[in-house]
Amino acid sequence: MSVTGNNARALPWALVTPALAWTLLFFVLPFIAMGFSSLTAHEGGGFTLGNYSQFFTDPSYWRAMVNSLEVTAVVTVISILLAYPFAWILAEMVPERWQRLALMLAVLPFWTSYVVRSYSWLLVLAQNGVINRALTGIGLIGEPLQLANTRFATVTGFVHFFVMLLTLTIFANLKQLSPSYRKAAADLGAGPIRTFLHVVLPLTLPGIMVGAFLTFVLCIGDYITPQILGGNNELVMPQLVMMQIGRRGDFPLASALSIILMALVTIAYLACARWLKIERA
Amino acid sequence: MRAAARFAAWVYAIAVYGFIFLPVVVLVLFSLQATSFPIPPFTGPSLRWYQAVLSDTRLTSALVNSLLVAVLSSLASVTLGFLSAWGFSRFVLPGSAFLRGLITLPLTVSYLIIGMGLLVLFNWAGVPKSLLAAGIGHVVINLPLCFAIIYSQMGDHQINIERAARDLGAAEWKVLLMITVPVMAPAIFAGFFLSMTFSWDEFVISFLLTRFETTLPVEIWNLLRSGLNPKTNAVGSLVFAVSIVLVVFFELTLLRRKPA
Repeated sequence: MSVTGNNARALPWALVTPALAWTLLFFVLPFIAMGFSSLTAHEGGGFTLGNYSQFFTDPSYWRAMVNSLEVTAVVTVISILLAYPFAWILAEMVPERWQRLALMLAVLPFWTSYVVRSYSWLLVLAQNGVINRALTGIGLIGEPLQLANTRFATVTGFVHFFVMLLTLTIFANLKQLSPSYRKAAADLGAGPIRTFLHVVLPLTLPGIMVGAFLTFVLCIGDYITPQILGGNNELVMPQLVMMQIGRRGDFPLASALSIILMALVTIAYLACARWLKIERA
Repeated sequence: MRAAARFAAWVYAIAVYGFIFLPVVVLVLFSLQATSFPIPPFTGPSLRWYQAVLSDTRLTSALVNSLLVAVLSSLASVTLGFLSAWGFSRFVLPGSAFLRGLITLPLTVSYLIIGMGLLVLFNWAGVPKSLLAAGIGHVVINLPLCFAIIYSQMGDHQINIERAARDLGAAEWKVLLMITVPVMAPAIFAGFFLSMTFSWDEFVISFLLTRFETTLPVEIWNLLRSGLNPKTNAVGSLVFAVSIVLVVFFELTLLRRKPA
């Protein structure tokens, strides 16, 4: 009998240990390795805080972080402003039976890789791309505009992705809203605009915050979109990280920069934490 | 006034759809043109560049590598995710909330940092860059997803069926294989297909952790050095098509499931 008892206690651990071990070995341990690496000198090894102080004293590194934060902030705001009305139209004006299809279509390009998506925007925004050809074709501009390799291109590529992501989260949020709230507001004499501002918007704020947090995390950590669309004119943090590995093989500095990037995300998480409770359905 | 507002809303929705589909349409449209630049004006359909892609051994072997990494890493993710989800939902474990949080933690960290960490670790431990290393990274990003999907779908309904099987004398492994797995099949397949999609499209981890043999997104990245190139359009369209097929499977398995 005692064997069965041991088995009963051993079984749950046997089930969860592989996943935990994988996470510890290939997620937590790399993190610790990165921490150690960030505290060693690239030349000759040995303990140093130089990699971090380099970041805080070199204005070009500092500039990359400011660029990252600016791009991320602009992308987050524009994406929410574009996605909210769109999600609202899908949830409120599209007939119920077409909603699934409408939503699926709205997020279809979401499912292709960052590399392919960014390249596609390059086709649209290039010197001889679709937009410049169309604008010169109808005579609106004489010379092609410099659209690719600018911050504008980076922001466009990002907004494209995050409008789709935010449409998903805001749509889900609007659908969960019970219609009785709006009926109650209407019964109490509120017009559609007041109902929206005082009832619907506050109730969907958690969904917006979850979406904004996801946008922040994915946007600030992305290397591909700024690299392909922004070119090397102004660097963001992930480009700076990749440069350390690619050109100079400087793992310690790349580790330090990654950890600073991580710290930014953690600060954002703590700022949104009260809205980010993931619960079991 | 109301009619005008409705009209404006529809115009807005169509404009957003236009914005969302513009790059994809341009990508696919100009993959079908025979000229050596994928730029307007569009001249007639041609499959020339698709032939060029399929006869390029670098691209086709990268495609096979991508599929291999996607299938194997997704199988590993879904297996580990399922076992742990089952363990956490059926048994009371000390520190359960903390441990569940630990498993889902990689979801909040960007791929770049996960890839960097593994690169530093493997570099230090002397593990060479390879497809296996990239696959390990893909399990790190997909295991939490599979766990979250399957864990969220394990309800009391399933517990009762399992209890019935146990009362009828089924051994624990029999309950697992003959009851839990079939009952949880939709969530398991959903986790598998979603992992496949993410692994298939993943770039930065593969870029950091592979060298000679690599995956398709990394090969496409290498193609980008040649600027706008219809071959890139063709292979990009193919990648997109595969992703869509995977997503449709995902939709069919998870979302079509209606409680009986």
